[in-house]
Amino acid sequence: MNGKITVKIIALTIWGLLLFAPFLFQDVRQIEVAARIAVFIVLVASYDLLIGYTGIVSFAHTMFFGFGAYGVAIAMKQGDSTWGFWIVGVLAGVLVSAIVAVLIGLLSLRVKAIFFAMITLAAASVALVLASQLSSFTGGEDGITYSVQSIFKPATKLLTDAEGGVLRIFDVRMNGKIAAYYFVFISCAVLFWVMLRIVASPLGTVLQAIRENEARAEGIGYRVVAYRTAVFVIAATAAALAGAVYATWLKYTGPDTTLSFAIMIDILLMVVIGGMGTMWGAVIGATLMVMAQYYLRDLMEVASSATEALPLLPDLLSPDRWLLWLGIIFILLVYFFPAGIAGTIMQRRAAK
Amino acid sequence: MGMLDRFGGVFWLPVILAVIAFVLIGAPSSWLTLTVAGLSMGLMIFLMASGLSLVFGLMDVLNFGHSAFVSFGAFVAASVLAYFGGWLGSDSILLNSLALVFAIAAAIVFGAALGWFFERVIVKPVYSDHLRQILITMGALIVAEQLILATWGGTPMNVPRPHFLEGAIIVGNSSLEVYRLFAFCLGAIVYGGLFVLLNRTRMGLLIRAGVENREMVEALGFKIDRLFIGVFMLGSALAAMGGAMWAGYETIITPALGAEMMVIVFIVVIIGGLGSIQGTLLGAIVVALMQNYVGFLAPKLALASNMILMMVILLWRPYGLAPAVKIK
Repeated sequence: MNGKITVKIIALTIWGLLLFAPFLFQDVRQIEVAARIAVFIVLVASYDLLIGYTGIVSFAHTMFFGFGAYGVAIAMKQGDSTWGFWIVGVLAGVLVSAIVAVLIGLLSLRVKAIFFAMITLAAASVALVLASQLSSFTGGEDGITYSVQSIFKPATKLLTDAEGGVLRIFDVRMNGKIAAYYFVFISCAVLFWVMLRIVASPLGTVLQAIRENEARAEGIGYRVVAYRTAVFVIAATAAALAGAVYATWLKYTGPDTTLSFAIMIDILLMVVIGGMGTMWGAVIGATLMVMAQYYLRDLMEVASSATEALPLLPDLLSPDRWLLWLGIIFILLVYFFPAGIAGTIMQRRAAK
Repeated sequence: MGMLDRFGGVFWLPVILAVIAFVLIGAPSSWLTLTVAGLSMGLMIFLMASGLSLVFGLMDVLNFGHSAFVSFGAFVAASVLAYFGGWLGSDSILLNSLALVFAIAAAIVFGAALGWFFERVIVKPVYSDHLRQILITMGALIVAEQLILATWGGTPMNVPRPHFLEGAIIVGNSSLEVYRLFAFCLGAIVYGGLFVLLNRTRMGLLIRAGVENREMVEALGFKIDRLFIGVFMLGSALAAMGGAMWAGYETIITPALGAEMMVIVFIVVIIGGLGSIQGTLLGAIVVALMQNYVGFLAPKLALASNMILMMVILLWRPYGLAPAVKIK
């Protein structure tokens, strides 16, 4: 079987599981995991546009994710929980992201990748500091809690049965939570599909040409800076939309859920684990990492208490230290499997 | 531009900044305090940033994990100072200084050793691959930060200062903290040493030649790899020293210190231009002065001001103020 098809089958299976997640997994925590996976697939795929397809390393992706999320959060908090304010919030978040992306892009995409990485890192940390300092507006470190559109409230009855109660299909209550989940699922699926189309379009081909040989792309007559800026803006917009969707799902926005550096590291790990420049790899990477985040910590808790008698080991195995192990895994992956899971499968099958 | 360059050019920037701030602040005594604070902070940041700049210039390697050396330096020095707590409290300047020397030396040795490990294990396998270099050094930074958390815990740590560096000198109406003057002097001495090393010795000649044209130096039969690991270790040792001095300056340190300093260090090397210690010093002093002046005039804008400064300078000079290497 062709490697590309294998990867697609795996990714589509994951999407299929996500589609039926509320029916397959009825635990609250598992739905939480499913929604997070969907959002992160979009976030990672949009990052893959940059790092995998164009060879741009940006550390500001969480900043754009945060702009989208804070846009919705502030609109819902300052205004009220109607679709009108929601749309205003989303537009504001996307607009700010696009403007900032154009500014950073035009200013610094003409220099080396490394310079760009440093500048985005500086910009992202300034955004993080601003979010915690402007606390009257952003809620500071505590973030903002708000209510969302009434259709997404758990008490809302989406479908009613004969007695006027909430209708159950396969024992799943058709309430606002289901509406919220499918809102997340559909938005993310559409965004992912759009990005797949972008990669397959002539624009995507030019981007790959730039990644492979910048000078030659320039020589053929493509304006490299313009293309790079364009893809940076597209990725920023997609990240902002993902942030808006996630903010609607969580009903809470704070530095830890959107802006923090830890999330940037998550995205990096996901894109490298999944496979840079494959797009479908984003699905695999995001799924594995989110699962690991939720379930690996439990495992480490067990390991930590099992080794309690030994020196140092319980400290290193404690769930708080899980980033340590992720970091080590990350380094090993970049050394030995730079193509990631999807990339490795594709190469191996292609070689036969 | 020719006129400007002949009389020192961009190196007048800190002076211009200081003059503008003098007018805006209005009170000479506050201005003096802020300027001294800015200069001493600038020299500490210079120590942290110089290695990053040189390593990039020589080998085209940008180490995103550089701030790990700063953090480790700060925590190692703080632990050594805490261990010699008795000596620090005594009135004997000799015991005070001994404890301080031990702390800074420990940080330097640790930084150099860690630098050696970093270069051999983390950076060497990915010399010419920028994308993987950024990713791997970033991964190494995560691991280093977690190791600091596992070793020293997440709670803020108090850093005891030697007795003789406590307090302030009163000049006119302004009070100048002794520690800041000390940091300034030590930083200036290290800068002087580096300057002599790079400009007056054979090794420095090779380093500068390597920054300018690596292939040519290699073709002439010099082993630039060996030189490079030396520069890398020197850079990490200086970063650790900067971290150690920063710990004494802040008196309370948290594991977040490295990440905070990383941003400033990046802004400094971007503004100053990569590959030259003069540029790095200039960038460090401009950033530190700016931070102190703006912190006094409009506290909320302090960090954003450096960001804006960086943007403006990049628009004016895309390669920084005084680079030794052009970024291709």
